[in-house]
Amino acid sequence: MTATVQRVRWETVCPLDRLQPERGVAALLDGVQVALFRTHDGAVHAIGNVDPFSGAAVLSRGIVGDRGGVPTVASPIYKQAFSLLTGCCLDDPAKAVPVYPVRVTDGRLQVGLP
Amino acid sequence: MSGTGSSRGELVVIGNGMVGHRLVQAVRDRDAEGRWRITVLGEEPRPAYDRVALSSYVDGVSAADLTLPDLDPMVELHLGDPAVALDLDAHRVRTASGREVGYDELVLATGSVPFVPPVPGRDLPGCFVYRTIDDLDAITAAAERAMAAPGPGRRSAVVVGGGLLGLEAARALRSLGLSPQVVEIAPRLMPVQVDEGGGALLRRLVESEDLAVRCGVSVTGIAQDRGRLVATLSDGVELDADVVVFSAGIRPADALARAVGLPMGERGGVLVDNRCRTSDEHIWAIGEVAALEGRTYGLVAPGYAMAEVVADRILGGAATMTPAELDMSTQLKMLGVDVASFGDAQAATPGALEVVVNDPVAGTYAKLVVSDDARTLLGGVLVGDAARYATLRPLVGLSLPADPVAMIAPGGVEVGADALPDSAQICSCNAVTKGAIGGAIAAGAHDVPALKACTRAGTSCGSCVPVLKKLLAQAGVEQSTVLCEHFVHSRAELFEIVAGSGIATFSELVARHGTGRGCDICKPAVASILASLGFGHVLAGEQATLQDTNDHFLANLQRNGTYSVIPRIPGGEITPEGLITIGEVAREFGLYTKITGGQRIDMFGARVEQLPAIWRRLVDAGFESGHAYGKALRTVKSCVGTTWCRYGQQDSVGLAVALELRYRGLRAPHKIKSGISGCARECAEARSKDFGVIATENGWNLYVGGNGGFTPRHAELLASDLDTDTLIRVIDRFLMFYVRTADRLQRTAPWIEALEGGLDHLRAVIVDDSLGICADLEAAMDAHVGSYADEWRGVLEDEEKLGRFVSFVNAPETPDPTITFVTERGQPVPAREPVAIGLPAVRS
Repeated sequence: MTATVQRVRWETVCPLDRLQPERGVAALLDGVQVALFRTHDGAVHAIGNVDPFSGAAVLSRGIVGDRGGVPTVASPIYKQAFSLLTGCCLDDPAKAVPVYPVRVTDGRLQVGLP
Repeated sequence: MSGTGSSRGELVVIGNGMVGHRLVQAVRDRDAEGRWRITVLGEEPRPAYDRVALSSYVDGVSAADLTLPDLDPMVELHLGDPAVALDLDAHRVRTASGREVGYDELVLATGSVPFVPPVPGRDLPGCFVYRTIDDLDAITAAAERAMAAPGPGRRSAVVVGGGLLGLEAARALRSLGLSPQVVEIAPRLMPVQVDEGGGALLRRLVESEDLAVRCGVSVTGIAQDRGRLVATLSDGVELDADVVVFSAGIRPADALARAVGLPMGERGGVLVDNRCRTSDEHIWAIGEVAALEGRTYGLVAPGYAMAEVVADRILGGAATMTPAELDMSTQLKMLGVDVASFGDAQAATPGALEVVVNDPVAGTYAKLVVSDDARTLLGGVLVGDAARYATLRPLVGLSLPADPVAMIAPGGVEVGADALPDSAQICSCNAVTKGAIGGAIAAGAHDVPALKACTRAGTSCGSCVPVLKKLLAQAGVEQSTVLCEHFVHSRAELFEIVAGSGIATFSELVARHGTGRGCDICKPAVASILASLGFGHVLAGEQATLQDTNDHFLANLQRNGTYSVIPRIPGGEITPEGLITIGEVAREFGLYTKITGGQRIDMFGARVEQLPAIWRRLVDAGFESGHAYGKALRTVKSCVGTTWCRYGQQDSVGLAVALELRYRGLRAPHKIKSGISGCARECAEARSKDFGVIATENGWNLYVGGNGGFTPRHAELLASDLDTDTLIRVIDRFLMFYVRTADRLQRTAPWIEALEGGLDHLRAVIVDDSLGICADLEAAMDAHVGSYADEWRGVLEDEEKLGRFVSFVNAPETPDPTITFVTERGQPVPAREPVAIGLPAVRS
């Protein structure tokens, strides 16, 4: 088995406490739009902000919740749910958004870009 | 022709009543290839209307409200031009105006004419029959003349005939201000429908409603006396009257067919076989004019059944009538008294046994007629309380599921829908069996409106709706009120939990009463409940995380990720300064502007980070949030009313402004719209609103349950001639009752439809206070009005809330680069093409 070394560049976005639990924010990182979420259990997630159904950059403004225990955000345009873990659309397996690595360092939220 | 050929056939329908209308609809529904060109010849000058509901006309329901759905353009309709002659050999019909119409197939649907007993004086001015809207107009005019005439004493009316129609006429005359006396030749009221015991109770109950009743006597003559009428009865009594109404039965309107020698039934009516065909193979007869195998039927349901059979036959089918199965059941509310009669109500079957429970104290009478072996239900009569009608009627002809006494005794056995076999007819108006309803449920019709749409069950008299609900529950789809995977409760149940427990956050609610962390269904529903109960600003604390994007940014999301902004313009009234402010704001921020249907101005294309600056300008100029983004009161639209209009009867703008300011900010299960019209011309389109108000000479009429949108509905009359204070109290109660008990995203029309008892139940609760909750509802509305604060001002005054309105958390002022505009007709519009909406199935 070949190990793949994931080279990521960590970009600091904002203080962690800028994220209200279960309410997303958008960030613009090198022209890439990222939607950031902090769930009820304290975990943080980053996925692409552009809704693949409408093309609008709005996923950060969706309602956060869960479906069968999987943390989700619902697109505010047509309401499809996306997994915050995989970026997959749970209502249409053909659609997905990117998922970005995310970490908290010294109380600051960082997103890993390729 | 049989209709199977390729060329078009000419179908002529004589008569444009309910049954004729149903026939034309049935043919048009099924004749997809347009094989039949249809000509309808109607005697009355107006399109077909709901004659069963005729009496509501005197309560303010207009002729337009009673009108049946328009026929499509494939149908040529000639009104006010009755057919006067048939030529069977030439296949032609001639009308009063001399029009000649040829036919391939001819349907007689001329209905009936009122029977007026041959008493001297029956043609005097002041004597009327009770059949058409024109008859009611004439009666109303005569009643108004009598009321306006000088002289002391009560104005009175004599109604000849104490059957169904006679009691309807008496009630209408009482509504017009007259004191009616009902004269019935039989020994009891409604002799066809009820038995002696039921008739005695019915008489006692209607007499307590200020109606004088004389049974067992007839009118022998009518004479004029000093400008009034005197009716002499067979027992010598003389009754003074300003108006006499004959409602002593009907006779088939069979003159056309009689004149050309078509065979008649023994007691009149055009004789037809079980296909509804006359002796002429191209002429059919349906409804009250038809003597089906010799017998005529005076109810609409058998007429509809005949219409369906003839439609089928004309299109090449083989449907037949089974007269033995024709349902003559009746259920109605007469002067506040419930009366139901079904099956062999008079126990005419040889050997039939009668089981009676008569409670004169409670004012209820119930009788079941059973077979001589006491195993089979044959029929029954219910007076005073007809709640069991819906489950008893389908059991006629079937074996009794329980002891018949227990089935009608107070506190006895409630017969469930599960006791019925699949062949039992649940909806007798539209002949829908339990089996057909079960099939529709299995095919995905999971609520009452869906069942109505696909089976027609419950769409006529509505008495079977409670059984439809039971069948849905029995099929295991009662959990349709479950909100989502996180709560097994309905929205109304969650409302009660939050209101009663003091739980103030979603986290606590889902931890104690639900599972998981919620979703885009339950979170906005709980947010709405918290807002309705006055838990502070919608962006306060955890509430902010529950809001849909529109409520979160207090603006309406559009397809390119921008928002639109609508300031409140109460009643649609705005000063020139206000218009200039809106214009300046739109120009400064580059917004597209459009006038909305609710008499406001919508500004499109605002980016999230622009919203606070836009609203700073608007709030400084005195504007407030219009809540266009919320499931909340939207607008109260108005016409100019007495302020400007030559025809206005009340100050509609003033009322609209007052109501919009009173209910602004009220969060509800769905959006709420209103309209106020200053007269019956209805320029504000109030009847297409959740609550609409139309001015009358004496005050205001209140209509509820209207909407536009996907399933347009006309609002229905809830109360008439209210003064302004009473009107506001009733609307307070209506809105609060809706806010508390409706399902999520259920607008007022389906909410009222889903209430057991529908509009009558709603009226009982919020007008007559049958549940004793009106004071509570009013207090809740007073609390809402007292605690209202503008949401946008609340944002502008709070740095923490303002911090949400950024494009990017790491670049708060940088515009979203995906948003671009092009110019169209001088205004900015999204540059991106709209995405074709080929959506996957998403939970609604």
